[in-house]
Amino acid sequence: MIAVKGLSKRFNGQTVLDNIDLQVSTGEVIAIIGPSGSGKTTFLRCLNLLETPDSGSIRIGQISIDANRPLGSQQGAIRRLRQQAGFVFQNFNLFPHRTALENVIEGPLVVKKTPREQALALGRQLLAKVGLAGKEDAYPRRLSGGQQQRVAIARALAMEPQVMLFDEPTSALDPELVGEVLATIRSLAEEQRTLIIVTHEMSFARDVAHRVIFFDKGVIVEQGEPRALFANPQHERTRQFLRKFIGTAAQG
Amino acid sequence: MIEESLQLALDSAPFLLKGAYFTIVLSVGGMFFGLILGFALALMRLSRLLPVSWLARIYVSFFRGTPLLVQLFVIYYGLPQVGLELDPLPAALIGFSLNMAAYTCEILRAAISSIDKGQWEACASIGMTRAQALRRAILPQAMRTALPPLGNSFISLVKDTALAATIQVPELFRQAQLITARTFEVFTMYLAAALIYWVLASILAHLQNRLEARVNRHDQEH
Repeated sequence: MIAVKGLSKRFNGQTVLDNIDLQVSTGEVIAIIGPSGSGKTTFLRCLNLLETPDSGSIRIGQISIDANRPLGSQQGAIRRLRQQAGFVFQNFNLFPHRTALENVIEGPLVVKKTPREQALALGRQLLAKVGLAGKEDAYPRRLSGGQQQRVAIARALAMEPQVMLFDEPTSALDPELVGEVLATIRSLAEEQRTLIIVTHEMSFARDVAHRVIFFDKGVIVEQGEPRALFANPQHERTRQFLRKFIGTAAQG
Repeated sequence: MIEESLQLALDSAPFLLKGAYFTIVLSVGGMFFGLILGFALALMRLSRLLPVSWLARIYVSFFRGTPLLVQLFVIYYGLPQVGLELDPLPAALIGFSLNMAAYTCEILRAAISSIDKGQWEACASIGMTRAQALRRAILPQAMRTALPPLGNSFISLVKDTALAATIQVPELFRQAQLITARTFEVFTMYLAAALIYWVLASILAHLQNRLEARVNRHDQEH
């Protein structure tokens, strides 16, 4: 379903991603954890080319991008790949000048050229699915952070992607709003969708993910079945990270 | 005395209004072509190709860094020497458009740059091209930022069209000059001209307010 080979990325001479390989199968739910600056968000952004990799290749479904060749000549493929990979941002990035429903139908309307009536029906259905029926005509400004993030999820789903990528989807939310967004993501997991979630919500990762990947210093240090990895990490760096995390979580 | 002045103002009204017509043509034309060229320049300024961006930068620097009056003289009196002779009205129109383009370029560039990078990324993430992102998400938001300074530039332009009098365009100020040359009623004529400029500028300011309210409507609604 997803195959990443030899993905590398440098910022100003500093290696942020170092030769990453990853295979994801259809229906798999993956949680990516790691300290800030570990490259996990950069990795996720590379998957749909929001960040330009320096080398390596990415395949999602039938579409392949080879970062070893000039990306300028692969723009068409990049846009098709992005339609296959719905992306949910930490800061939602909703279109503030459009209502919730208009946000959701924007992709089908503009990119897929879906007829308006059909797009509207899909949009209403998706807003209902994320628990926002009745909020169709609300502008993002009038929605809570949790509601905005659920609109953003509906907007990504509207492109009917093969995989959904979440970049710390609850990090910008007030604590009491985290639950509703996690519940929405959990319901997607229950539909056997392919999800890749960069997150700091450890208990969520443990409950929902089939596989947890620990990133540090631009490499995948360790990955595995969540319960095993959290209970019995094999690497010292994973142990340190989890210990610190559980420590701060206990304090907070 | 006052009655005579009023009578003169009324007698001159047809000439002044004819002048006002040219003032409006110059203002609207200059703004229209200035916006189109300024938008193209703004896109050049934002281009990732450095030579393209620099070309626009030099253009803006030149037209903002030299007096509009001098630009009009170069076009109307200067170009004939190199074989390009223009009538007063087209010369003025070209001058105002080129000058306005430099200002609208900077206004639009700043407004587009002020839009959060996340908006471009949101568009990209659903598979939009850069042109689609610009049209559907970036420009509608940038226009909110750009409208007040664009309106100010437009109002400045209306007043600056008086400079066209110096290159023989029979616009409002030129008409007032011609009438004073005949009647010596300097105060009355220039005051009448000033009042007409004021009315034009006020209409524009009113339109600007209405347009801004319209564009900002999603701030107020639920």
